[in-house]
Amino acid sequence: MATAYAFVAPAVTLLVVLVGYPFLLALYLSASDAVVGDMGRFVGLGQFARLLRQEIFQQTLRNTGIYTTTAVVAKVVLGMALALVLAGLGRHRLPGSRLIRAAILLPWIVPTALSTVAWKWMFEPQFSVINWVLVRLGAIAYVSDLQWLGEAHLARAAVIIVNVWRGIPFFAINLLAGLLSIPDDLYEAAETDGATAFTRFWLITVPLLRPVLATVVLFSLIMTISDFNIVYVLTRGGPINSTHLLATLAHQTGLITGEIGRGAATSLFMLPFLMVIVFYQMRLMRRKWEW
Amino acid sequence: MVGRQARRPAAYYLAALPFVVALLFPFYWMVVTSLKQNAELYDLKAIPFWFRSSPTLEHYMFLFERTAFATWMVNTAVVAVLSTAIAVVISILAAYALARLRFRGGETLGGMIFAVYLVPTTLLFIPLSQIIRILNLGDTRWSLVVSYPTFLVPFATWLLMSYFRTIPKELEESALIDGCSYLGALVRIILPTAIPGVLTATLFAFTLSWNEFIYAVTFVSSTAQKTLGPGVVTELIRGDVYYWGELMAGAVLGSVPIAVIYAFLLDYYISGLTAGAIK
Repeated sequence: MATAYAFVAPAVTLLVVLVGYPFLLALYLSASDAVVGDMGRFVGLGQFARLLRQEIFQQTLRNTGIYTTTAVVAKVVLGMALALVLAGLGRHRLPGSRLIRAAILLPWIVPTALSTVAWKWMFEPQFSVINWVLVRLGAIAYVSDLQWLGEAHLARAAVIIVNVWRGIPFFAINLLAGLLSIPDDLYEAAETDGATAFTRFWLITVPLLRPVLATVVLFSLIMTISDFNIVYVLTRGGPINSTHLLATLAHQTGLITGEIGRGAATSLFMLPFLMVIVFYQMRLMRRKWEW
Repeated sequence: MVGRQARRPAAYYLAALPFVVALLFPFYWMVVTSLKQNAELYDLKAIPFWFRSSPTLEHYMFLFERTAFATWMVNTAVVAVLSTAIAVVISILAAYALARLRFRGGETLGGMIFAVYLVPTTLLFIPLSQIIRILNLGDTRWSLVVSYPTFLVPFATWLLMSYFRTIPKELEESALIDGCSYLGALVRIILPTAIPGVLTATLFAFTLSWNEFIYAVTFVSSTAQKTLGPGVVTELIRGDVYYWGELMAGAVLGSVPIAVIYAFLLDYYISGLTAGAIK
């Protein structure tokens, strides 16, 4: 017993001091009108009420919702497609399949802040590559026609594109592992019974992949809803605050403007969503490992 | 699998092609841009995909001669190595206790660590920045060494727990009967058997530290203390002036170490990723 407590003591101390205490501080700050250098007065739910009335905040909530749902759906669909392709390459032992599997992971492993800088340059309208290609394809007449990061709708699309780009490998590799764990004889039996490829996918692959898919989707929901890097680097929440997510708005309000009370409250708006996701995730885990 | 009938391999390559191009093009673009002369970068008539005039290393030279890039690289390495070392040691101890020793509150603690693992860094970065200031670590790279273990430990503990559980109990029991302490059993029996797990946890912790951005950009503001990501993003973009060549050179140099490490340890990486290493 004593040994066990000694072994977990460093971890517990760390988590109490640098996660538990900040969490309580977040609750306090969000219920105060604290600014940098002044812990402020208790204002109850005043910050939350004021935030909900703010147009920027309403926009940010909408953005976070659209960003999360669109990006996660796109990552599921494209990640699944890529996993099926990778499984096909591997099954036929085609040369280069291992190299391809390694290469497609790159967007996931390199620092997001830096790869997003590369995207920022790609989206540059005048001298860069996306508009250059679109002009050559005849989709737009002049490179100045699409100001990717200068127009609200396009900028919202741009941040989603980068998020999907970065997340596809994570989905693909996990779903691939799921696919490889499905026994081959199931497919063979189905084929003997005359099932088409489509039927086999819907009636064997999808149901058996559900546990993996659920885990990956829940993880991805957490990461996407709380995302900061991509928006911060690509648009800083602009043009005119039109692409903020909760985290980037919290950063701007709490640390750039210095209203830490309101900034903390902005961040905490993630909490209810996170709690729901964590609840489901823990239920899944419990089922998997039974602890 | 979906299609059992032997299709022509070409179909699979053809299907993989758009994914490979879309996922890798930004890296190609990064490298090409970092090697182009400015005159060509900002020439409307140039073809963006390839070089017209000869490639140049001037953007890389600029980074090392005119900016603090080398310092950022050192800071990033120092922070990543130290926070990873701290986190892995703490996690090995905690994971061993949680996986093997029965004690009151053990299950609850395991559940709580998993819950903390799911807490994103953006939820608590504002109060944490206050605490960093109270601890007198504000605006130093040490603030990162101290704060990164908060997300590394839950993740590494969780990963290591599942590895430790796969080791047969008899192995350590015989050691304990022979008079080994729990610490002795951990060091002499468990760790040597769990080397792949420890290596995976270390690899992920190092990658996470190297790539971390929000704490780094929030807690640190002076040039000499910055890490790579914030250094490149905040100092190579001045107002509305973009030094694209330098920015891409910085992005390449900041990504290469991670890509190299990962190329050597791909199998550990994939096993960790599919075991639920997410961030």
